[in-house]
Amino acid sequence: MNKKRRVLLLKGLVWLLCLAPGVWLVWRGFTDRLGANAIEEVLHRLGDTSLVILLVTLSITPIRRLTGWNDLAPLRRPLGLFAFFYLTTHFLWYAVVDEGLAFEFIVEDVIERPYILAGFTAWLMLIPLAITSTKGWIRRLKKNWQKLHRLVYVATGLGVLHFYWQVKADTYWPLVATTVLVALMLLRIRQARRPSQRSLAD
Amino acid sequence: MLIRKPNDIPSSEITPESVYINRRHFIGKTAGIALGGVAGAGAIGGAIAGRPGRAAAQTAQVGQRDWSAVRTELGEELNSFEDVTTYNNFYEFGTQKEDPARNAHTLRPRPWTIEVGGMCANPGVYGLEDFIRPGTMEDRIYRLRCVEAWSMVIPWYGFALKDVIDRADPLGSARYVEFKTLLDPEQMPGQRARVLDWPYVEGLRLDEARHPLTILATGVYGQDLPNQNGAPIRLVVPWKYGFKGIKSIVSMTFTEQEPFNSWKRSASHEYGFYANVNPEVNHPRWSQARERRLGPNCGVFSCEQIPTMLFNGYVDQVAGLYAGLDLRVYY
Repeated sequence: MNKKRRVLLLKGLVWLLCLAPGVWLVWRGFTDRLGANAIEEVLHRLGDTSLVILLVTLSITPIRRLTGWNDLAPLRRPLGLFAFFYLTTHFLWYAVVDEGLAFEFIVEDVIERPYILAGFTAWLMLIPLAITSTKGWIRRLKKNWQKLHRLVYVATGLGVLHFYWQVKADTYWPLVATTVLVALMLLRIRQARRPSQRSLAD
Repeated sequence: MLIRKPNDIPSSEITPESVYINRRHFIGKTAGIALGGVAGAGAIGGAIAGRPGRAAAQTAQVGQRDWSAVRTELGEELNSFEDVTTYNNFYEFGTQKEDPARNAHTLRPRPWTIEVGGMCANPGVYGLEDFIRPGTMEDRIYRLRCVEAWSMVIPWYGFALKDVIDRADPLGSARYVEFKTLLDPEQMPGQRARVLDWPYVEGLRLDEARHPLTILATGVYGQDLPNQNGAPIRLVVPWKYGFKGIKSIVSMTFTEQEPFNSWKRSASHEYGFYANVNPEVNHPRWSQARERRLGPNCGVFSCEQIPTMLFNGYVDQVAGLYAGLDLRVYY
């Protein structure tokens, strides 16, 4: 199998895996399996999904460098965009469905609740990254593109914080997310110090 | 004097008729009881095992009476049996809302003993059946406001805590009563994770505990409490946040010191001893001004957010308990 076909196959797999959580939620919605607090259930699952996909996105380069499996590099863009898609849906679900576009409450939340501010900031940060994820923008921004896209680490960090700040006592999953993020960043920093052939997003 | 009742008679069958007749908003009771007697068992089974659904009709005949027309004093509809028994905070069985319904089958609520002790004239260890006096049991329709800003309306079945306190006869120097939940990781697998300091502890000031609204519930919808709701006996204090309603109680101790309740121990800047529902005093991380009323008007795309009421709407009955107390300091 040539590289092009392998990458196509992997991208297909990414699409399938990334669409699955959304399809699952819709199915649960139609069959009334979202529990007594359906709005909150959808909100939380959209947030979880977004954070998990973000962490997977960040793991691509470290894994590629460790294994030398360069076919993985083209998966960063669809993964990142799926994470952004779920995060945007998460925010819209909060603003439109949860709060019913009651702006006075939304503004109060963003200003007064640190965890909402963190999540909101993460979403804002990912907007320019989603916009500049095309080949044209990579060419136009040249070296700045990579600098700009390092923001994804900050945004993911804010996402983890957003997650951590809202649990009442059971910090297990937020701590798992923190550990994964820290491990990925350490790996990345170590790898960045070593010279190797690097490839920009393709 | 303690009145015993055989274990095998469901408490709902020996509820005095006066209980039914006393319900202010109970419409069409005779038909309801007749119909409920026939359809009751089937409806309960269906509500537990059937496909999830929150239609009022589906759970209208849970227990012995027709609940469909029952309302609170403010005209609020009840949450379905399904809502009440599948969306629970009971960390002893896991921290997700659906965990208790899934995991609580390991709890063995019978036989059950409760230890009454501390500063009182009549300490002792009582079997559950000695604790409950059938003649005092009744349905109580209460709002339940969770500290997480959601709420339900639940028809508890229970009796005034005051009844037990009077029998225990606390000493003059006793000021509080402290409750503990069962500690047994075999029955409560969630206790293997140190999410909270087990066993769960809660407490009330004695005047709060003696207040006529404060009850010990042994049932919901006229039948025994399902395990996930705190079987076999739990506290219900309707003007306080839900976490004050300690579940699966094994001990009651009269003390001079304010009990150090579990959530306060876990994060004292966020959860206090009083935990009175108060829209003016926000949780440090979220607003308490509004609440999401789960239930009949709560769907996937829209769910009522209603203003939270001071003392959860029981201000006329309980405000006197807190005269002169700064509710911002004693949250």
